[in-house]
Amino acid sequence: MKSDDRKTPLFETHVALGARMAPFGGFAMPIQYTGIFKEHEATRTGSTLFDTCHMGEFRLSGSSAVADLEALLTCPIGSMQHGQCRYGLLCNESGGVIDDLLIYRIGDHEFMLVVNAGTQENDFEWINTHCSESTTLENRSDTTAKIDIQGPGSPDIMNALIPEGIKDLRFYRFKDATYQGESVLVSRTGYTGEIGFELYAPLHLAAPFWQSAMQQGAVCAGLGARDTLRLEMGMPLYGHELDDKRNAAEAGFSRAISADKPFMGDSVIRDPARHREALVGLQLGGRQSARHGDTILASDGSPIGTVTSGSFAPSLGTAIALGYVTNEYAHIGTETLLQTSRKALTATIVKRPFYTAATAREAIENFCS
Amino acid sequence: MTPSDRRYAETHEWVKIEDGIAVVGISDYAQEALGDITFIELPETNHTVAQEEECGVVESVKAASDILAPLDGNIVEVNETLDDTPELVNEDAYGDGWIFKMADFSREQFEELMDAAEYESTHDDDA
Repeated sequence: MKSDDRKTPLFETHVALGARMAPFGGFAMPIQYTGIFKEHEATRTGSTLFDTCHMGEFRLSGSSAVADLEALLTCPIGSMQHGQCRYGLLCNESGGVIDDLLIYRIGDHEFMLVVNAGTQENDFEWINTHCSESTTLENRSDTTAKIDIQGPGSPDIMNALIPEGIKDLRFYRFKDATYQGESVLVSRTGYTGEIGFELYAPLHLAAPFWQSAMQQGAVCAGLGARDTLRLEMGMPLYGHELDDKRNAAEAGFSRAISADKPFMGDSVIRDPARHREALVGLQLGGRQSARHGDTILASDGSPIGTVTSGSFAPSLGTAIALGYVTNEYAHIGTETLLQTSRKALTATIVKRPFYTAATAREAIENFCS
Repeated sequence: MTPSDRRYAETHEWVKIEDGIAVVGISDYAQEALGDITFIELPETNHTVAQEEECGVVESVKAASDILAPLDGNIVEVNETLDDTPELVNEDAYGDGWIFKMADFSREQFEELMDAAEYESTHDDDA
């Protein structure tokens, strides 16, 4: 561990609980506690806690806030309701992705943006440079703790810990609530595919909340399980599926990219002549994994793309991967070979998500006892 | 506890001699460091290898690591149950999680491998 890695308010908690720590996005983060498989399984069947304090939170407000965000982000902003979250991309002029983020509409003229850890400083500078004079941008990352609680058991735990209850919280909605008498924000969002919540709270509430959720039966989980869970859902990870060089349209998250409004990078993103490759899901034949950077070959052995993420998928029992292939090969059913440093593994392009039994969008009543 | 009935390579393989055959696996320290093991590529049988030759791969969720032959010898048997249940190496690295067996191996090289105490001392810092 480098000594200059930053610590989240839960660092001591992780160390005391015996987590294996590693640097991620400039922070010392827990990779696993008891093991990636157990933590993955606990998220699909029970409930788990993830320290996501490393992520960044910006507040943006002012009479031009909507117009500024419309111009900066790929998704529609004006149509968002108060209390709604939306996934969007922050792009540069050439249509590359500076970051992927969640937007929270707090009021008519006030928003919270939740960004990745490693990209936070760059995002802030970019947004600040491109906002109107009248818009106030505030970086609250250093004073905001964020904890994700995920899995079918998480609604009961949140109901026990949050006096206002969360039974009224629909998918991709948030609300103000309290914890130990102090204001917190709770959203029904996450990065696992399971029903779950993200809690935003003052730093000093992070450890007490974590301990209380554990007492209610939540299992501690690290970034290792977070990665296998999101990969099974086909969700992108910045720096793997998304980066500032690749045209955002190639990732194919069409719901996050408005088809009509003007925004930074729109002409490149909407130009079909500039989409050379497409993101695809790859189902491997066995347990052996391909990894980020491995070459994707057509069945005749010619190179057609690159693997961006790959792992054994605990809920499926086989290896899976995400990668980009040239458009002509980007069809369900295409047989490929993934050239690892050791051998070529067979893989078929399949529909995403890989894991289809996830609960995130199910009615919350089904999970409240 | 690191079992004292066998010897250890710097690259974390163990070798135990049973009825004149050298049984090879990876140490508990190595399986712990790798985390959940998802795949093991076993060597081919009836195949002569040299000491430190790559003869298999252990993959975990996060990493892939070569298995090196701890001795010159002939691989005569592999633990085929690891094809479907590689987690046996996590659960029982010194027993059911053995990886392959060697015949006609070098006794001299075996004697030069580390004993349990020496092996433990190579990773004392992390204990």
